[in-house]
Amino acid sequence: MSFLEYAPAPESTSVLKLKDAYGLFIDGEFVGGGGAAFDTISPATGRRIATVATADAGDIDRAVAAARRAYDGTWSRLSGRDRGKYLFRIARLVQERARELAVAESLDNGKPIKETRDFDIPTVAAWFFYYAGWADKLDHAGLGPAPRSLGVAAQVIPWNFPLMMLAWKIAPALAAGNTVVIKPAETTPLTALIFAEILQQADLPAGVVNIVTGAGETGAALVAHPGVDKVAFTGSTAVGKRIAQTIAGQGKKLTLELGGKGANIVFDDAPLEQAIEGIVNGIFFNQGQVCCAGSRLLVQESVHDEVVERLRERMRTLRVGDPLDKNTDVGAINSAEQLQRITALTEAGIAEGAEAWSPDCELPSEGFWFRPTLLTNVATSNTVARDEIFGPVLSILTFRTPAEAVAKANNSPYGLSAGIWSEKGSRTLALADKLKAGVIWSNTFNKFDPASPFGGYKESGYGREGGRQGIGAYLQAADAPAPARSQAALDAASGATTTARPAVKRAAKAVAKTVTKPAAKAAAKPAKTSTRKAAK
Amino acid sequence: MTRLTVPKTYKLYLGGKFPRSESGRTYEVATPAGEFLANASLASRKDARDAVVAARGATGGWAGATAYNRGQVLYRVAEVLEGRHAQFVDEIVAQEGVSRAAATAQVDEAIDRWVWYAGWCDKYAQVAGNANPVAGPYFNISAPEPTGVVAVIAPQDSSLLGLVSAVAPALVTGNTVVVVASERFPLSAISLGEVLATSDVPGGVVNVLTGSPAEIAPWLASHQDVDALDLVGAGELDWPALEQAAAESVTRVSWPEQGPDAATPSIERIRAFTETKTVWHTKSLL
Repeated sequence: MSFLEYAPAPESTSVLKLKDAYGLFIDGEFVGGGGAAFDTISPATGRRIATVATADAGDIDRAVAAARRAYDGTWSRLSGRDRGKYLFRIARLVQERARELAVAESLDNGKPIKETRDFDIPTVAAWFFYYAGWADKLDHAGLGPAPRSLGVAAQVIPWNFPLMMLAWKIAPALAAGNTVVIKPAETTPLTALIFAEILQQADLPAGVVNIVTGAGETGAALVAHPGVDKVAFTGSTAVGKRIAQTIAGQGKKLTLELGGKGANIVFDDAPLEQAIEGIVNGIFFNQGQVCCAGSRLLVQESVHDEVVERLRERMRTLRVGDPLDKNTDVGAINSAEQLQRITALTEAGIAEGAEAWSPDCELPSEGFWFRPTLLTNVATSNTVARDEIFGPVLSILTFRTPAEAVAKANNSPYGLSAGIWSEKGSRTLALADKLKAGVIWSNTFNKFDPASPFGGYKESGYGREGGRQGIGAYLQAADAPAPARSQAALDAASGATTTARPAVKRAAKAVAKTVTKPAAKAAAKPAKTSTRKAAK
Repeated sequence: MTRLTVPKTYKLYLGGKFPRSESGRTYEVATPAGEFLANASLASRKDARDAVVAARGATGGWAGATAYNRGQVLYRVAEVLEGRHAQFVDEIVAQEGVSRAAATAQVDEAIDRWVWYAGWCDKYAQVAGNANPVAGPYFNISAPEPTGVVAVIAPQDSSLLGLVSAVAPALVTGNTVVVVASERFPLSAISLGEVLATSDVPGGVVNVLTGSPAEIAPWLASHQDVDALDLVGAGELDWPALEQAAAESVTRVSWPEQGPDAATPSIERIRAFTETKTVWHTKSLL
């Protein structure tokens, strides 16, 4: 018996009070969906957890209409102080039900309970706390006095941090005064639906947050809906590009938080013990299903062999298995589809010459699993050095000089995160200046805080979540011009009478005729005045 | 037959405890109509100095807590105060002789101001701090830090709201406070001490003295271990003399404000009790 064989320490699921079937959460109530219901399963066992409704186009219409009514009738009229109080309530309720949410998230997503318990759910509460405080301080958000909310926000979130992504999206949107229609990922809708119950407990006015479940089609219908003023998406770069194309000309503000291929750069003077922990955390945290994962390890040539050997030693102690076991380090892959993608990409890497190594660990017989894997002998042109694998697979490359490290790190269409491991602060800071990445961690990795902006350069997306920049993504300056919209978008908006954006529409018509920006600003001004009159 | 009530003994709030004044002195607190309400402690010079010692001792823990944690604690104060809403309304009505509606409005506003300042804890540095684009290969950021121990002469015309409005902003960035309550309306201040003591606010972070501001303020103003002096409620005192005394140890001074709006919520009240720290770090040539 090795020292790694512990008695099982499963977290009890008795805190869960799950329903057998969940509807959509529209206008403050659970309602049925027009599409075919689907099962959400536990990726660790493949077993069904609950049945979840699918929102069709009619449901999306109703959800957007509810959000619009709530925006016009309630939420945009509420003082920032009161909006903040609702968000504080939500934060407290999340804290109070933290254990339940952690268990549900681990069950539905497959990630280790120690991560949901110690990271995901506390971060959710923190996000609501942080943005609760912003609701009555918008004058200090950096957009000048009395910035305005945008309207109805359509938000589509991924499956890797289901409730945390929901918090990242909803908290700043509501604090700024917008209302929300959000679509959780198809494979991880559970915690969002428990969250809907929390919204009821918080007595949040109906329609301020609407939760529509379903697959990609549902999300596509939501972002394309003419009644939406703002779109926020976290997910793959491919889908992000499609969304940007879909809504082009529609006058919807967009933030995208997309893929990454984070470079984790280790210099020969790095604190190696710490670096090994950081590398392991950077790629095996959440089974590597992290957009900012440090999936490309760039090691200075002189310490390459030592780093690889110590990594292997450390990886032999990783416990892979039951996500609900409190001793588990690496849980299940989220879905069969994702497992297949990880497998295919890793095989492509091996076919191109990479050498794969995994610790000798037993995997459960059912569910979706992938061994933590190192790929050495990887060249910059290899698939596994370029494509996002989104799994527990680390590609290891080398460099000799800092300049080479920068060149290799930036040799990617992505630019989300990077890590630098060195005891030499002056070099770290100089390197940070040259890296094209939105978040740079030095002698640490995968750190997140509601006060700290997060988001990417290049094809990792645009806009930031977190911090003062994060609230700015849901605001416009008091004197901002109305968004420019194409004639097609205006026609579509006038067709959708229940959910049209009347105020913006009038302004946009004036703008549509103009080409240059200063002219657009001038044209928008009289339109804005008429909006105010109409509101009175 | 009505039940005979059990009146509360109002003492000081020092270092997280509720001691009587070491001087053994008290003074009578009465309703506007002159009816006896309670005997409040008449704090002495020694009490003031003990309070500064307690406040200094608490600076490390409070300033060292994360901003997120301080925000949660201040929000907790609002929660606990909300639960004691009725008690504070009764006390304000008794002391000030105002209507229940006016007292209720005062308590409501006091709670909401705790919430407002709670939200500032993890945002103030983002608003007041910045990266500085210096002309050289340097990383250079400026961020606010608490100045240390703040002595406050609370607004004298209100029982609760003025006190909260003066104390809360100083706590945001991590200062600790010695506050001299309203001389006429000191009871709410001690009851607020009970709220603070049960709201995860570490002992010594807020210390409440009741008694004569005219007697205590000079000792606080000239105290070498007081970093800032908020004279917001000192308008009736010889406050220029207090400012002069404070200058001896380069204590930061905020001036008196008059009227019911004294210490109205403002980011300026947070800034008044901060220092700006700028950190330079070289960047090597690559």
